[in-house]
Amino acid sequence: MSRVALLCALGLAAALAYPLLVPNYLVTIGMLVFFTAFIGQSWNIAGGFAGQTSFGHVVFFGTGAYTSTILQVTYGWNPWLAWPVAMAAGGVVGWMIAVLSFRAGLRGSYFALITLAFAEVFRILANSVPFTKGGLGMLIKADPQPLNFQFKDPIWIYYLALLLCIVSLLIAWQLTRSRFGARLVAIRENEDAARALGIDVFAEKVKVLTLSGAMCAAGGTFYAQKYLYIDPGIAFGVDKSVEMLLVSMVGGAGTIFGPLIGSFTLMGINEVTRWLASVVPALKNVQPLSLVVYGIMLILIVARLPDGLMSLFRGKPRHA
Amino acid sequence: MFDPAFLLAGVLNGLLAGGIYVLVAVGLTLIYGVLHIINFAHGSLLMLAMYAVFYLWRLIGIDPYAALPVVIAGAFGFGYVLYRLLIGRYNHGRDENILLITLGLSIVIDNVALLFFGGDTQTIDVPYAGSFVEIGAAFLPLPKIISFGASLVICAALGLYMAKSDMGKAIRAVARERQGARLVGIDVENVFAVSYGIGIACLGAAACLLMPTYYVTPSSGHAFVLVAFTIVVLGGMGSFAGAAVGGFLIGITESLGGLFLGEQLGQIGISLIFILILLLKPTGLFVSKA
Repeated sequence: MSRVALLCALGLAAALAYPLLVPNYLVTIGMLVFFTAFIGQSWNIAGGFAGQTSFGHVVFFGTGAYTSTILQVTYGWNPWLAWPVAMAAGGVVGWMIAVLSFRAGLRGSYFALITLAFAEVFRILANSVPFTKGGLGMLIKADPQPLNFQFKDPIWIYYLALLLCIVSLLIAWQLTRSRFGARLVAIRENEDAARALGIDVFAEKVKVLTLSGAMCAAGGTFYAQKYLYIDPGIAFGVDKSVEMLLVSMVGGAGTIFGPLIGSFTLMGINEVTRWLASVVPALKNVQPLSLVVYGIMLILIVARLPDGLMSLFRGKPRHA
Repeated sequence: MFDPAFLLAGVLNGLLAGGIYVLVAVGLTLIYGVLHIINFAHGSLLMLAMYAVFYLWRLIGIDPYAALPVVIAGAFGFGYVLYRLLIGRYNHGRDENILLITLGLSIVIDNVALLFFGGDTQTIDVPYAGSFVEIGAAFLPLPKIISFGASLVICAALGLYMAKSDMGKAIRAVARERQGARLVGIDVENVFAVSYGIGIACLGAAACLLMPTYYVTPSSGHAFVLVAFTIVVLGGMGSFAGAAVGGFLIGITESLGGLFLGEQLGQIGISLIFILILLLKPTGLFVSKA
């Protein structure tokens, strides 16, 4: 344990010092790593720890992004005040989807598919109803002041992403040592056995999806404040859902550091393909290439390394 | 407010679209019924087949309808090999695993298509594209009617094959009781691969029938995947008759949704039906008879 604590301290020191030592664009990449790790962790808490694989986690992300943006743009709220409301909205959506789906007894693939359909419904609604401005998307007025949740220097948004990531790691850590977390793992491993042991499976699954939804919504607000623009495709598109799932699966679903390691790995692949594209002219279209690699990694991880890259560090399988 | 003739046109258009959806959904439901896996790559494989039809036309000048035998055979071979090399090795264990593997597969296929074919929308100009048939107040594009008829013929042929041929009987035996099928000497792994191949061959046929009136982009798969899943859960996972009825219902829903709610909001009907069926009657409206 002390070795892990030492590593964590070293990692934290490096993460704190990093933006002071590198140029701005690397600071932004670092910010993206921690931000993706954070939304990945929100997926991991439900999909990894509790085994409730979701294909539509973006529904929470978009709910958060739109809630805070609408409060801010349409009603003149301060974004810092809108943030907790956005999280609450994400939690409510998580609670609602969980109650509906788990009441109907949906499990496994069926749960994954229904979350995808919920995200589609939200995307189409955001595209059609007037208060989201439809397909045009919503612009937040640029006014870079800390009070407005906008920062001139990328270093502050970096530190905020780092803080979010640390909070999410602490939540995941808490799950590994609390009875709540133990119940979730029991549900993941064998739902019927967990029920036979007296666990209220339905209540626990609803709780975890509410928590996960609130976290993911926090990420949505953060994203909207960073880019000052959202539209239905960004906020409710399938790409972000896949990204959250990927970083967790690649790093190690159901582990504390899985999403962070997955996020580092994917960002590394991204940068390598970007470099390749600049060297090999035939590959100048970067985005698809890195996604091809992600897809192959997902297949390989599920097939060969179900505990993700984390298991390489640990050396022993989780499922004894 | 709406003219009944207008409504009739919407229903007829929906039926025609539904005819092709049936073919897509039959492939998906066959794969589910026999292998018990959810093929999330279904839409992406359809997109790939549509590109095959497009390039056969663009490069060699083969008419999409004339390409049917080639594309069906090619799609069958592709599906068979894909099963042998990838799907078949991992279709045991937790059911989410194969879902994730087919998700990975769809990500790879979509983005390889984007790399090689570019993001542009591609269409085929067939000489008969502008021909219409007048039924009441409805003007129906001729290619849609041909495709509809061809789709029904192919579905009937598949049904006959499943009912009469030795392989069809073996497939049904494996779908019902794989252990028992193995005991009577059926090569179950081969049946799995053939079933997956037939499922993908249905996509090949659908691609040929779609291309005269539809377009293809690397993201076309997304447009179809939720539609196909909705049809299949509506009809009951694994049920052929269910997939047929579901296909028509969804075609009409989509057409009328577009008519009453507009192009954007009209799409919501399919997702809502999917959610409602899963929540209220996950076995589908029609009970499966394997």
